[in-house]
Amino acid sequence: MESVFGLVGKDFAIVVADTSAVHSILVHKTNEDKIMVLDSHKLMGASGETGDRAQFTEYVQKNVALYQFRNGIPLTNAAAANFTRGELATALRKNPYQVNIILAGYDKDVGPSLYFIDYIASLHKVDKAAFGYGSYFALAMMDRHYRRDMTVEEAIELVDKCIMEIRSRLVIAPPNFVIKIVDKDGARDYAWRESIKDAPTA
Amino acid sequence: MMKIDFSGLEPSVPFKANADDLDDEILAAPSFALPVTADFDGFQKAAVQMVKPAKGTTTLAFIFKEGVMVAADSRASMGGYISSQSVKKIIEINPYMLGTMAGGAADCQFWHRNLGIKCRLHELANKRRISVAGASKLLANILYSYRGMGLSVGTMIAGWDEKGPGLYYVDSEGGRLKGTRFSVGSGSPYAYGVLDSGYRFDLSVEEAAELARRSIYHATFRDGASGGVASVYHVGPNGWTKLSGDDVGELHYKYYPVEPTTVEQEMAEVPMA
Repeated sequence: MESVFGLVGKDFAIVVADTSAVHSILVHKTNEDKIMVLDSHKLMGASGETGDRAQFTEYVQKNVALYQFRNGIPLTNAAAANFTRGELATALRKNPYQVNIILAGYDKDVGPSLYFIDYIASLHKVDKAAFGYGSYFALAMMDRHYRRDMTVEEAIELVDKCIMEIRSRLVIAPPNFVIKIVDKDGARDYAWRESIKDAPTA
Repeated sequence: MMKIDFSGLEPSVPFKANADDLDDEILAAPSFALPVTADFDGFQKAAVQMVKPAKGTTTLAFIFKEGVMVAADSRASMGGYISSQSVKKIIEINPYMLGTMAGGAADCQFWHRNLGIKCRLHELANKRRISVAGASKLLANILYSYRGMGLSVGTMIAGWDEKGPGLYYVDSEGGRLKGTRFSVGSGSPYAYGVLDSGYRFDLSVEEAAELARRSIYHATFRDGASGGVASVYHVGPNGWTKLSGDDVGELHYKYYPVEPTTVEQEMAEVPMA
């Protein structure tokens, strides 16, 4: 099952997600990017039902862009997190989105931050977070090895430890992961950890 | 004084002439027979499932050097009953785009036709053909808006646009995946097995068609809900062409010719003593 996790470092935040698109016993795809770049300094890692995930993350992304167009300033990460939570909460009593979200961002004045939002619309500001079956391993791993003042290299080392643990201990472990980072220079892909390559796209 | 015309309400069949029976006939509230079941909702659900054909299917599509290859079987089944052996599961959306059909036949057919209309309107409004990405998203958004209402669609949208070959998987849960190689339906695990082992990007059109055909054939061999004919389409820069449509029964004899059984012992007349 899907694994998404993230952590905050010294002056950056990292989000990691598996990249498998699964339907019952079939893996349709092993390079599906589940971390959306919301704007220049925000990352949204999402897990849940495929349709809801794609629709909801895109909806949030477009609304964050709309806010920026209207007001000329981007939403802070906290504002984006609260907006996301609000949308989930409104939908919860109508037609709920089955999505769990890890929102990472970097604001000039407050630095990096990470928010944990689940499908029942609870919002927590955290240093480290995880969803899915992989979360049991990732959370324990991060509880043991995490420090608030980690450098990028130390954090990636920890992330790789988590991925290796998931790959080796989880029965239905996904083969590939994507790692994205956000810091003062913006949100971007950091690396892919692939043990299976999909056929190259034309 | 006004008179209201009640003639429309009168029964077309006259009541029984016998005045004694009249009471029952008139007093009985209009009614219809209900299925004898405790769980009516469950019964209704099962009944709807029963008349939803094309559940068991094998369809596949993949991108390669020369474009996209699309193939499918042609069997429609309703549970154990084969309701048709000649279903067009590859739907021609427009000369540059194909859709495949898995799940509910009506749902697929209807929404692909609907997509065809939307694509044509896009073409008229924008003076250029819609991209495969755009078309698949149009369909995915429609299906997503009906999520949880019982639609059953598992489709691949394959085509050629300004960016070259395009392939998307779209389903009624709202999922939409871009990819190079997909198979959908109950026979898909078997098709994947053959497809994955024989796939290369630099396949020629003939090789790719043969791979697609064989994948469908092997799926129909193992999956009881797939069968009929294996049709193969190719989408290139100039639009799609149908390459073949072979009865999988005949393909079987092509791939596995009947070997004459060796006779171990001839029967012969016993010589008279």
